[in-house]
Amino acid sequence: MAGVPEAKPEELLIDVVLRLISGAKHVAVGANSPIPAAAAFLAQRLGTGQPYVSLQQSPKHNLFTDGGRELFDAAGQGRIDVFFLSGAQIDGQGNINLVAIGDYARPKVRFPGSFGSAYLYFVVPRVILFRTEHSRRTLVSRVDFISAPGVSPPNVYRRGGPIALVTPLCHFAFDRQRARFCLESVHPGHTVEEVLDNTGFEFDRPATVPVTPDPAPATLRLLRETLAPELAALYPQFGARVFGIVPRAAE
Amino acid sequence: MEILRPLDAALSVIEDGMSLVVPPDYGGVAMEATRALVRRGVRRLHLLTLPASSLQADLLIGAGALASIETSAVSIGELGTGPRFAAAATAGTLAIKDATCPALHAALQASEKGVPFMPLRGVIGSDLLKVRPDWKVVDNPFAENDPILLVPAIRPDVALFHAPFADRHGNVWVGRRRELFVMAHASAKTVVTVEEIRDGNLLEDDTLAGSTLASFYVEAVAVARNGTWPLKFGSLAAEDTAHLQEYVRLAQSEDGFRQYLDRYVYERRAA
Repeated sequence: MAGVPEAKPEELLIDVVLRLISGAKHVAVGANSPIPAAAAFLAQRLGTGQPYVSLQQSPKHNLFTDGGRELFDAAGQGRIDVFFLSGAQIDGQGNINLVAIGDYARPKVRFPGSFGSAYLYFVVPRVILFRTEHSRRTLVSRVDFISAPGVSPPNVYRRGGPIALVTPLCHFAFDRQRARFCLESVHPGHTVEEVLDNTGFEFDRPATVPVTPDPAPATLRLLRETLAPELAALYPQFGARVFGIVPRAAE
Repeated sequence: MEILRPLDAALSVIEDGMSLVVPPDYGGVAMEATRALVRRGVRRLHLLTLPASSLQADLLIGAGALASIETSAVSIGELGTGPRFAAAATAGTLAIKDATCPALHAALQASEKGVPFMPLRGVIGSDLLKVRPDWKVVDNPFAENDPILLVPAIRPDVALFHAPFADRHGNVWVGRRRELFVMAHASAKTVVTVEEIRDGNLLEDDTLAGSTLASFYVEAVAVARNGTWPLKFGSLAAEDTAHLQEYVRLAQSEDGFRQYLDRYVYERRAA
């Protein structure tokens, strides 16, 4: 690591996502997802132009010219390899809840809604779950409302589903056969005990849980020196916080 | 009546109790028209968002203009759940039909084709099926043991959106926002606000015609400059984030929401 300052937590998460999207041809990123977008653009620069990266909110990076349905139609055909989803709640079977806490008819808390999750979770081969709050409030034994189920019976058409859950503490891999998460690695500075204390669902783990590896120095340099300004233009708050790039309007 | 009208005359197409389909922020949201509808005191609308909405839906909910909403999400961008949507949901005062984006696209495509339903992959196993008795799972008649979702066609009374420009014939240029075609084709009538009226006939220019909604779908066009404010308008206008932050802050309470209406919606009446 000589000469390159150590990775910030966001940079470590970008690197985790970078490894998860390896080899993808087309990565679609939803709104307000700077870490997935950063990983996808990094993969593009490290590779030979692929993957294609679709960002809905950027005219330049929105590859869809046939209306809002085109993303879903392309995904339905298998033309989108990677998508990112989150949940107000995520449970140990990979179910996600984007709708409400409590009784559906009279919820305690109401969230925006399911967006495209109930469809994309089935048809996109690699769905990466991303949750910036790792707590027993968010990672629960059973979600209150299933916006999209983690697994399906064998007769239900399903090309895709969750492959991983990435949080500020750790990286879980998802085993679709067993419908369970397995602790893949714990990020530097955190412990397995911390993950156990803050996770509301049961999960598998090896006898020795690896530490999430640091990003390669070349990856960090590419991220900080080449990609950071582009990311800051797309995500001003993220650019200011992680890369110290002040938005032009505020100069 | 003329296709080109003043805003309030164009909006007379939208009557109390009608169903109304609107686009998401990236599609060109007719916010000036929405404020005019609230000023008029429109009531009992059934709002369909194709597929999600932000300030437009939240404003109509807070103003008591909706009987129901069918939506995949009501979210003020990165500022989170629409505050009046959340308040109405937790109070149980609004009929909400939760959906998922491609189901709404499919339901309007069915209407566009004049067929009664559209099949869609996914969704089976989602609790959406428990709260959407109108969605049915059937066996794929062309395969063995292959359950698939059917969503019924939706034919809204009116589609309402904002576009960059139209001509005097009522042909409307929508650019890459082709979900606006689907909305217009699927609905009984379409009302459009535009930034400006251009001379000539858009259909005579092949570089424009492919992105132009022909006037035979269009009931009324009105000019409303900066018509999506405070929401963005494609590459033509940025979102007024500071205003949306103020909205979200005020709309946390009923009183605050009333202050917002007085300041930014009813204020125009005197102007």
